Amino acid sequence: MTDVVIVGGGQAGCQVAASLREEGFAGNIVMIGAEEHLPYQRPPLSKAHLAGSVTRERLFLRAQSWFAEAGVELHRGRSVESIDRAARKIRLSDGEVMGYDVLVLATGGRHREIVLPGRDLAGVLSLRTLAEAEAMRERLEAAGHVVVVGGGFIGLEVAATAAAMGRTTTVLELAPRLMGRVLSAATAEFLLQSHRTRGVRVELSASVTELLGTGGQVTAVATTSGEQLPADLVVLGVGALAEDALAGAAGLATDNGILVDEFLRTSDAAVYAVGDCARAPSRWAGGSAVRLESVQNAVEQARCAARDIVGRSEPYCAVPWFWSDQGDVKLQIAGLTQGHDTTVTVGAVDQGAFSVWCFAGGRLVGVESVNQVKEHLTARKILAAGVAVGPETVGEAGFSAKSLLVF
Amino acid sequence: MPKVTLRRAGFDTVLDAAEGTSVMQVATANGVHEILAVCGGEMACATCHVYVEDGPLDALPPIGDEEEDMLGFVAAPRESNSRLSCQLLMTSATDGLVVRVAPRQE
Ligand SMILES: Cc1cc2nc3c(=O)[nH]c(=O)nc-3n(C[C@H](O)[C@H](O)[C@H](O)COP(=O)(O)OP(=O)(O)OC[C@H]3O[C@@H](n4cnc5c(N)ncnc54)[C@H](O)[C@@H]3O)c2cc1C
Ligand code: FES
Repeated sequence: MTDVVIVGGGQAGCQVAASLREEGFAGNIVMIGAEEHLPYQRPPLSKAHLAGSVTRERLFLRAQSWFAEAGVELHRGRSVESIDRAARKIRLSDGEVMGYDVLVLATGGRHREIVLPGRDLAGVLSLRTLAEAEAMRERLEAAGHVVVVGGGFIGLEVAATAAAMGRTTTVLELAPRLMGRVLSAATAEFLLQSHRTRGVRVELSASVTELLGTGGQVTAVATTSGEQLPADLVVLGVGALAEDALAGAAGLATDNGILVDEFLRTSDAAVYAVGDCARAPSRWAGGSAVRLESVQNAVEQARCAARDIVGRSEPYCAVPWFWSDQGDVKLQIAGLTQGHDTTVTVGAVDQGAFSVWCFAGGRLVGVESVNQVKEHLTARKILAAGVAVGPETVGEAGFSAKSLLVF
Repeated sequence: MPKVTLRRAGFDTVLDAAEGTSVMQVATANGVHEILAVCGGEMACATCHVYVEDGPLDALPPIGDEEEDMLGFVAAPRESNSRLSCQLLMTSATDGLVVRVAPRQE
């Protein structure tokens, strides 16, 4: 009987276990997660759970009883410290050694750190885990002033949540626009305006020089413009890095993520990597290797790896998609829009319902939709079907995305 | 605890639902794997499609605009009793709900 050991009990790890059983895998499945909790979803951590409207219990991906019923041996609060690939064994932090036939690394990501005087003051928090979210919520409930360092997805979601709770909220972004690397200029500009309308102060080209405090507790954020913003909660949201150190130490190929092929196999055929920690070749990026941080990617890579393990190999080629809820703005992205050179906006930006179609070299690479669920789902289908559509067509008066799907 | 029945090809599963949890959550928590629910109930995926078959139908919330839009994209045929299970919250009023799980979600 084959033993599959999954390192990491997050969205991807949990899906590998579930998909293996769905695929009829009859061997042993062991899942080892460093966190104390049952596997849970992270998206609500910066949204509904932070706001207090979704309880912890509702974040869990599977009930406790499911693990026993499905025959998945779940170890919580334990972490894997090293891998001996020659012997096919892993060692846990408490010294236990376990063997495996197939190892799946689903170790996720970790915070990108910033070196900043005052970084260690109480009230300076980052957000990735449930424990961090609950610590943040506690602070947020008592806070008057919140400063978010970094205008990325998580930072902006937290800012929207804080502002909705009536906190004085400021976002400081180093770049001259929000999410310059990932979003089109049109969508970034819309988000900027909508956060400002909601009462969030957003400072672009702004950088933090120091976090100030009294009695070990943060009280203010000093910026390069010489300002001191009062703050009793500072949220560091400057991005994530792949948790690929374990793999690297075991001699697996890594480069900003564990390098895998289109079947999610690492440089060792007995070891897979899925989710935020993996960097896989993507036809949506012209074949180059990308690391995506999204639920869709975690879930679909997990399913793909599980199929490969049971011998039903299919290359990973799902259309990437992502969503982010920021106040009343529902942003959804289909495809990979990085590297686009042309955009066409369809819909009404002033009414907060539009889609930005992104092209590279005349080819559709992705669509960003704001409060347009239908357009987003249509775009996903168009991308999946490989419909050839150029900016001229999309730019025509009366363009309807749906018409592209009628063959 | 309110009970919800999930009907799949040939068999029914009756599950307890904590007050305020969605049918989708009850299903995924208990390993009803046909419900993919990729977005975890944030109305972003349309992979939690069910057909409402029986029970206190009047107690269910009406279909919202977004849900309506998303139901246009479900993989299995859309019927008049189609719903996204993440939008069906279980309470004492919806005790006894019976839904059929859509056979295909994507
Ligand atoms: C606040 C927040 C909001 C988000 N919002 C969205 C959103 O709106 N939409 C979207 O698509 N995506 C969103 N994401 C991203 C999404 O949650 C991730 O892409 C997804 O969780 C990745 O799953 P994963 O299993 O790869 O990693 P994770 O979920 O991070 O799980 C990895 C797990 O592995 C464990 N681990 C690591 N190393 C070891 C070890 N050596 N031994 C044992 N265990 C280990 C970690 O403790 C962790 O629990 C959000 C993420 C965050 C943090
Ligand atoms: S779970 Fe995604 S729309 Fe219901």
